[in-house]
Amino acid sequence: MKQEVQMLLSVQDIHKTYQTADGPFEVLRGVDLTLAAGETLALTGESGSGKSTLLHLIGGLDASDRGQIWLQGQDIAALDDNGRAALRRGTVGVVFQQFNLIPSLKVADNIAFQARLSEQYDPKWAAELADRMGLGPHLNKYPEQLSGGQQQRVAIARTLAPKPRLVLADEPTGNLDETTAATVMDLMLELVSEAGAGLLMVTHSAALAGRMSRRLHLRAGQVA
Amino acid sequence: MTKAALQALLSHWWRNPVQLFTLLAGLALATALWSGVQAVNAEARASYDAAAATLGEGQYDRLVRRDGQPMAQETYITLRRAGWLVSPVLQGRLDGVRIVGVEPLTAPAGIGPITPAQGADIGSFLTGQGQLFANAETAAQLPDLDVIIAAETALGAAITDIGVAQRLLGKVGQIDSLIVLPRQPLGRPDLAQIAPDLLLQPAQGGSDIARLTDSFHLNLTAFGLLSFAVGIFIVNGAIGLAFEQRRPVVRTMRALGLPLRRLIVLMAAELMIFALIAGIIGVALGYVIAALLLPDVAATLRGLYGADVSGTLQLRPSWWLSGLAIALGGTAIAASGALYQMTKMPLLAAAQPRALAMAAGQRAKTQGAIAAALLVVSAILMFTADGLIGGFALLATLLIGAALALPIILSGILAAMNRSARSVTAQWFWADTRQQLPGLSLALMALLLAMAANVGVSTMVSSFRVTFTDFLDQRLASEVYVRTSDAAQSAALLDYAASRADAILPIQSADTQVAGQPTEVFGARDHATYRDFWVFLQNAEGAWDTTFAGETVLINEQLSRRAGLVVGDTVTLQDSSFAVAGVYGDYGNPIGQVVMSEAIFTTLYPDISPQNFGVRMPPADVADFVADLEAQTGIPATQTVDQASIKAISLAIFERTFTVTTALNVLTLAVAGFAILMSLLTLASMRVPQLAPAWAMGMTRNQLGRLELLRAVMLALLTALVALPLGLALAWALLAVVNVAAFGWRLPMYLFPADYARLAVFALLAAGLAALWPARRLARTPPADLLKVFSNER
Repeated sequence: MKQEVQMLLSVQDIHKTYQTADGPFEVLRGVDLTLAAGETLALTGESGSGKSTLLHLIGGLDASDRGQIWLQGQDIAALDDNGRAALRRGTVGVVFQQFNLIPSLKVADNIAFQARLSEQYDPKWAAELADRMGLGPHLNKYPEQLSGGQQQRVAIARTLAPKPRLVLADEPTGNLDETTAATVMDLMLELVSEAGAGLLMVTHSAALAGRMSRRLHLRAGQVA
Repeated sequence: MTKAALQALLSHWWRNPVQLFTLLAGLALATALWSGVQAVNAEARASYDAAAATLGEGQYDRLVRRDGQPMAQETYITLRRAGWLVSPVLQGRLDGVRIVGVEPLTAPAGIGPITPAQGADIGSFLTGQGQLFANAETAAQLPDLDVIIAAETALGAAITDIGVAQRLLGKVGQIDSLIVLPRQPLGRPDLAQIAPDLLLQPAQGGSDIARLTDSFHLNLTAFGLLSFAVGIFIVNGAIGLAFEQRRPVVRTMRALGLPLRRLIVLMAAELMIFALIAGIIGVALGYVIAALLLPDVAATLRGLYGADVSGTLQLRPSWWLSGLAIALGGTAIAASGALYQMTKMPLLAAAQPRALAMAAGQRAKTQGAIAAALLVVSAILMFTADGLIGGFALLATLLIGAALALPIILSGILAAMNRSARSVTAQWFWADTRQQLPGLSLALMALLLAMAANVGVSTMVSSFRVTFTDFLDQRLASEVYVRTSDAAQSAALLDYAASRADAILPIQSADTQVAGQPTEVFGARDHATYRDFWVFLQNAEGAWDTTFAGETVLINEQLSRRAGLVVGDTVTLQDSSFAVAGVYGDYGNPIGQVVMSEAIFTTLYPDISPQNFGVRMPPADVADFVADLEAQTGIPATQTVDQASIKAISLAIFERTFTVTTALNVLTLAVAGFAILMSLLTLASMRVPQLAPAWAMGMTRNQLGRLELLRAVMLALLTALVALPLGLALAWALLAVVNVAAFGWRLPMYLFPADYARLAVFALLAAGLAALWPARRLARTPPADLLKVFSNER
C-alpha cells in the first residue's frame, strides 16, 4: 500500500471492538487521519466516541483489530508487543490525564525516567525542561509533595525528555484549574513546537482545541 | 534501560521500608522455622550415622555366641584359618566412654575413622600405648590417653586397636563379636562345623537407633513442613500485596516503553535477591533456634531411646544450602502466581484495589471450588488412606483445602453478622470487615495453619504421653529389674531373691523372623502380673491361659499389622506352629514381638538363658532389697533398676519433649501473629480512603482505631473456631494414618480442652498485639491526610 511519506502519522481505516458484558462494542469504525511533523491536532468528541482508544492505538498501548497506523514510515499495527514497547520508549511520548508518575522516584528521576529507558538521556536537556517548567526548586521532592499542576508539568517534562517525534496527550489538563491548565498548555505547545514534533491531543475543551492547528471531531467511532 | 527500570523498582522499597521489612522478615522467619527443625533433625541423624559407622551397627552380618557371652580369641583364629573373612570387635566402658576395639587390618572399610590420612600413625595405633580416635567432646573425658580428634566418631565412643581395648577394658583374649565381611570365599566350611556355639546375626540395613527415633523425627519434620507452609502463606501475602501496590507503577513503566519480559525478569531477579538475603538471615536464625532446641531434643532422644546425640550444633554445608534453596523455592512458588497475573494484566487496566479483585468474581469462585475439591478428597482419604504417601496426601489436602476455604467461611459468617446487625455502626463494621477480608485472608490462613498445627501436634504428643504412661504401668509392672552378667550371677540372684520376693520373672528373648518381619520372641513365666497389667487390643477367650499352657502365642500390634495376622491365625517358630490368641499394644518398639510360655521358649531356644529378671515385691521393700543384693550376691547396684526411677525418668523425658513442642508451638504462633501485623501494616495505607468517609460522617479517629483492633481480634477468634476441628482432624490423621503407616502401631486419641482454650487465648493475644500498632497509627492519622481523600488533587 502506498503511504504518505511526508506525513509523520497516517491512520487508515482503523477498527477496534471491545467485549463488554452486553456483548461486543465497536468503539472505532474506520477512522482515518493524518498528522504532519510540527503540526498540532485536537481530537474532540463526546465521552465514548473513541478518542482515547484511538490515542492508545496510535501510541502502541493497544492493538487495533483492522486497519493501519503508519508512523514515520512504520506500520504500528503490524508490531508485536516488544516492537510497540520500543515505539513507546523512543518515538512516541504520551501525557496521561492522571499524570502516572512513579511515586517512589523523585521529580528529577521521574523527568529522566523515559529518556533513560530509551537510552536518549541528555542531562542538559532534562535540566532545561525542568527549569522551563518551573520545577527547579522541586527536583528533590517526591510527586506526592507537589500540586496537581506541578505533577502534570513533571509528566510533560518526562514525555519530552527523550525528544519524541510524536506527542500524544489524553486530556492533559483535565484535572487542573483553568489558570494552571493554560500555563501548562502554553509550555507544552512551546516545547513541542521547538522540537518540531507532532502533537495529537484529546480534549473536551473548545478553548484548548482552538489553540491547535487542526481539529478532528469523532462521533460514535467515526470522524464526523 | 535496565538500570533505570531497576532503580524505579527498587525505589519502591526505599520509600516503603516497612513493607520491605515485612517481606524480608516473613521469608526469613519461614526459612528459620524450617531450617531450625531440619538442623535439629540433621544433627541427630548425623549422630546416629556416626554411631552406625563407628560401630558398624546393622551394616554387616555378625557372629556372636548363642549365650551372649564373649568368645575366646582362638575362635577368631580358627575361623580365619578356615577361610572365613571375619574381623573381631570388642566393646566396653572406660570412664563413661564406650571403647570400641577393632582390628584395622581386617575390619571392613567404613568402620570407624581410622585412616592414615587423618594423621593416624598406624604403628602407634597398633603398638605401645596405642592411639584412640574420638570426637573432641569424648576426647575430653579421656585425658590420660593418646586420643586423636576425629569429628565423625560417634559421641561417647572411642575407637582403638582391639589389643589396646582388651588391655584398657581388662578383657585380654576376649572378643564380643565378629564382623562378617560381605565377600566370602567359596567352599569355606559351615559355621556349625567349626564354631557351633556361634550364631549369625544378619545385617539389618540400618541402625536400631535410627529406626527407633524415626517416629520422633517424623513428627518434627511434619512440624517443620507445617511451619514452612505457614511461612509460605506469609511470603505469598507479602509478595501479593507488594505486587498489588506496585501495579500502577508497573502499568506506567510499561506504558513508557519497558518491555513486559524485561520487567518480569527484573522483578523476579529483585525477589530472588531478597530471597537470598532473607534466606541467609533465616538460616542464621534457624541455627539459633536449633541451638536452643538441640539440648532438649538431645536429652529427649537420649532418655527415650538411649540415642546419644551431640548437644552442640555443627555447621553443615548441606544444611545451609537446603535452607537457602527452601527460601528461594518458597519465594518462587509465592511469586509465580503474582508474576503470571502480571503477564496477563492488560496494559490499560485500571489499578484495581485488591479487595475488588478478590472479593467477587471468578477468582473467589475458583478458590472455593479448589477448596471443596480438596476437602472432598481428604474426606475420601480419611477412610481409604493406607500407607505413608496416603497419610501425607490426607494431611496436605486437608490443610490446604481448609486454608483455601477459610476466607469463604469467614465471608459467610460476616455476611450473616451484617444482616443481623441493628446499629448503623455495627452494619458499617461488619461490611467494612468483609471488605478487608481479601487483604487479610493470607495472614488468617497462616494463623489457621499455625493453630491447627498446634492443636494437632499438642494432641498427638499429649495422647502419646497418656498412652505411654499407661504402657509403662503395663510393661514395668515389676518393682525391681536386675541384669546379671553370667550364669553364676543369675543363680545367685535366684537364690537371694527366693525368700525376699513375691515372684521372679525371667526376661528372655531371641531374635527371629515371623512372616518375613524381624521379630523378638519372649518367654514369659506364668504369673498374675501379666494377666493383671497387660491390655489387649484384640484377644480370644482365655488368651493368657492357653498361652501359658503352651498352646497359643500373643503378638504385638506391629507384627499384627505388618504380617496381617489376627487372632486365630497361625505363626510358625522353629518349625512349630502356634495360634495367635491375642494382640497387644507395644508403643515405641519398631519391630514385631511374640510372647510365649517360658516352657515352650526353653524348648525352642535351649541355648538362651535369661540374664534379665523382673522381681515382684512390696514397693516398701525395694530399697533394702537393692542394698543387700550387692553385699550378698556381688551384683552391683548399677545392674539394678527400680520401677519408680524408670517411671520418673520417663516422665521427665516427656517434659523435655513438651519443651521442644511448646517452643515450636510458640514460634509458629509468633510467625502467624507477625503475618497479621504485616498484613495490617501493608493495608494501612489503603485503609485511609476507606475510613475517611466514616470519619467525615462523625466517627472519631479513636473510635476507628478501636474498631480496627476489635476487627483483628474478632477475625482471629473466628479463625480459632475453624482451627480447632481442623487441628483435631490433623491429630487424628497423624495418629491413625501416618503413625500406623510409618511405625505399625496406632495411638489412641485423647482430647485436652484446657490446652485448646489456652491456645485460643494466645492466638487472640497475638492478633491483638499485632493489630495494636496499625490501629494506633490509624487513630493518629492527621486530619489533613483524611481530607486528601476528598481532594481533587489526590
